[in-house]
Amino acid sequence: MKFRSLVLYLVISSFFHTCILSIWKIMSTLQGLNFTNLNITQIFVLGILLSLSFVLIGNKVNHLIKIISLSFIFSILYFYLNETSPYWYIFGVFLITLFFTNKLKKYSMQSLREDFISEKIIFDFITLFGIVFFAFVILFPFYIMLVTSFKTQIALLVNPLDFSLDFTKSLTELFKSYFVIFETYNFGRYILISSAVSIGTVIVTLLFAIPAAYAVARLNFFGKNFLSTSILIIYMFPAIVLVIPLYTVFSQLGLRNSIFGLLIVYTATTLPVAIYMLQGYFKSIPKEIEDAGIMDGQNWFGIILKIIIPLSLPAIASVALYVFMIAWNEFLFSLMFLDSPKSFTLSRAIQYLSGDAETPRQYLMAGSVIVTLPVLFIFIYFEKYLVSGLTAGSVKE
Amino acid sequence: MSDSLSKLEKRTAYTLVLPAVLLVFAIVLFPIFANVWISFKDIELKDIRIPEPRAKKIVKSISENESELKVIYKLRNSSLIQEIRNVQFHDKFPKNILPIDLDPRCNFKSKKIICDFGNWEAKYRENFEVIIKNTNDEKIDKKIIKSRKPILSGTANNPLLTTNFTLKNFKKVFYENNFVELLSTTFYFTFFGTVGAIIFGILAAQLVNQNIQGRTYMRGILLFPYVGPVVALAYTWTLLLDPNSGTLNALLVNFNIIEKPINLLGQKYITMSILGFEFKLRLALTTVIFFEIWRYFPLAFLFILARLQAIPQTLYEAAEVDGASPIQKFIHITLPQITAIISILFMIRFIWNFNKFEDIFLLTGGASGTRTLPINVYQQGFAVSDIGMGSAVSIVIVMLLISFMVIYFRLIGKKANEI
Repeated sequence: MKFRSLVLYLVISSFFHTCILSIWKIMSTLQGLNFTNLNITQIFVLGILLSLSFVLIGNKVNHLIKIISLSFIFSILYFYLNETSPYWYIFGVFLITLFFTNKLKKYSMQSLREDFISEKIIFDFITLFGIVFFAFVILFPFYIMLVTSFKTQIALLVNPLDFSLDFTKSLTELFKSYFVIFETYNFGRYILISSAVSIGTVIVTLLFAIPAAYAVARLNFFGKNFLSTSILIIYMFPAIVLVIPLYTVFSQLGLRNSIFGLLIVYTATTLPVAIYMLQGYFKSIPKEIEDAGIMDGQNWFGIILKIIIPLSLPAIASVALYVFMIAWNEFLFSLMFLDSPKSFTLSRAIQYLSGDAETPRQYLMAGSVIVTLPVLFIFIYFEKYLVSGLTAGSVKE
Repeated sequence: MSDSLSKLEKRTAYTLVLPAVLLVFAIVLFPIFANVWISFKDIELKDIRIPEPRAKKIVKSISENESELKVIYKLRNSSLIQEIRNVQFHDKFPKNILPIDLDPRCNFKSKKIICDFGNWEAKYRENFEVIIKNTNDEKIDKKIIKSRKPILSGTANNPLLTTNFTLKNFKKVFYENNFVELLSTTFYFTFFGTVGAIIFGILAAQLVNQNIQGRTYMRGILLFPYVGPVVALAYTWTLLLDPNSGTLNALLVNFNIIEKPINLLGQKYITMSILGFEFKLRLALTTVIFFEIWRYFPLAFLFILARLQAIPQTLYEAAEVDGASPIQKFIHITLPQITAIISILFMIRFIWNFNKFEDIFLLTGGASGTRTLPINVYQQGFAVSDIGMGSAVSIVIVMLLISFMVIYFRLIGKKANEI
């Protein structure tokens, strides 16, 4: 039993160590290091020896001294087996090994005798591995997007693996793609249009949604139940089935290529979510507060303006941010309705850029960074509001 | 008393709700019904403009005589397929100017040439000439003549509103459109995209729910793909997966994992052999599904995490006392607690993946075996510019969606209310 747990512990922990080191090696390759072999077996065997010596030493030495010296020995061995690697790379290996040995802390020869220890080992390392894996898979494309925008097409065609940035260049040289897309491709204008459309959508949506949500939450009227269920059903219908009729009608009315047309469509498609989210919150406001307002002689308008809105600011904020994000990221309608570069939104402009095969990729990625950054900043800054918005409005994209 | 109050309440409710309802009705519900109408019409993209009479005015001098000018109006019907009835024309001139030998269809009254051109058939063109003369023999200023634009009017049928219907589009959808393959691709994409997103969502939620440092940061990072703009993310992935200079292929070749680059987004099938069995995998479609999972597992993660955090910790403590293993805890405590949310998520994601357009469009444009129903709407309606056909495909989507929703409300609707 103990032997089986020991083997399991060695294999799993070493597998985890090998995975992180491989990720480190891949990232270093992207900095221009010339590795052509992952040397998985070598690292794996070294990792097994490392884990084994860790449990064998046990508690005889202070934990900190133990992990530092073990990692140091590991790094030295690793260095001698792969001679060509630079010192910063080996230092990275040392740090990773230090982190890894620190995670081994709770294992010793005694602990391997516990109940269900094999399952616990697996869960432990899968958790760790999973977190590293998810973080890597999520962030890697964003990293490539950012770094590509600082490189040049020619350099990337010569060596598609060299993403190292040359910081000795002047700032204008480094940010060249950004200057180019603002000067030649008019991105300043597109940012303005995108912001105008998104902010406009937020304002108009709130203007329509707050009264409607209040009525659905509080007042009794014929067709109320029908309305609140149809809200749910309506937003299951996708934009793609609306696009042909809207396109034809908008062409005949001359609303294509106009920001106003886009604003109407965005507002109408986000309204159901907004009403749904707001009415849920309005229902949670105690009715007594409103009754007090009625006593004071307020009419419905006054109640909404002076009681409901101030009390539900957090919900309104999360609706506003959520709607802003939908409008900012929207692509299908802007693809269909806008075909003159004068009225492009950011998303449409990037798609238009990519339509020309001659456009160097760093411009495309610089545009992508510009359209992505505001959303990510807003998201990080207002995460709390947005997460509640996402959960409530999840039925909609 | 209370009766009038409830009447007032009703009236207020309707005034509050009506603007929103009307807007949603006009932009969301109306098009769904309009699709039915259009899908029975034989109509193309170029037909949707209402035909209008147009005129281009050209002013020319005649010989040496400066008091006379020739004005040419290039008249045409803007439509290639529809006639315009009862075309009226008028153009204004400065004082003292008279037309010579005016066309019999026209007359000159109070400084205006007014013409009745009758009906113009489709593609109608005519060069209509008028010679004008200054009555006091002075030079006519060309610029003034040219600056006035003629006004034309006429009635034409709106091609959308005519009442000739046809079943052609639906016949084409079902018999000439590779309908079976279209449907199977759509379901393949939808099913695996949904299941994959939910599985990864459960995994991620399970991981983040452990007591790890930086849990909130991790939650934020995991949501990045979901909140990022689809255009930026799709193009980044196309660059990453590019067969010639994409990072992924370059890495795999560099570490000798594959011999030559694989065109992950441009190759329909790849033959794989596992344990001696050879089978064909739909490569481009699978890649698109992976992108889809990458982008939407965060949503599943968010929901499942919220549910996991609501599970009382005492349940796990009790299990610990009873000597349950981690796997037993997961199967007997966690899983039953999250089945309800998973079934809701499955249905929502299923419907939304079924409708997915942007992601596939931006990655492959529907090529190499990734043509799904929504992509087909775009291809028919705008690439082939057969609007009637595009609408017919939309109708198929709507019908399928309605049947999904019926199933949804039958199976899960009641459960959803319990949560």
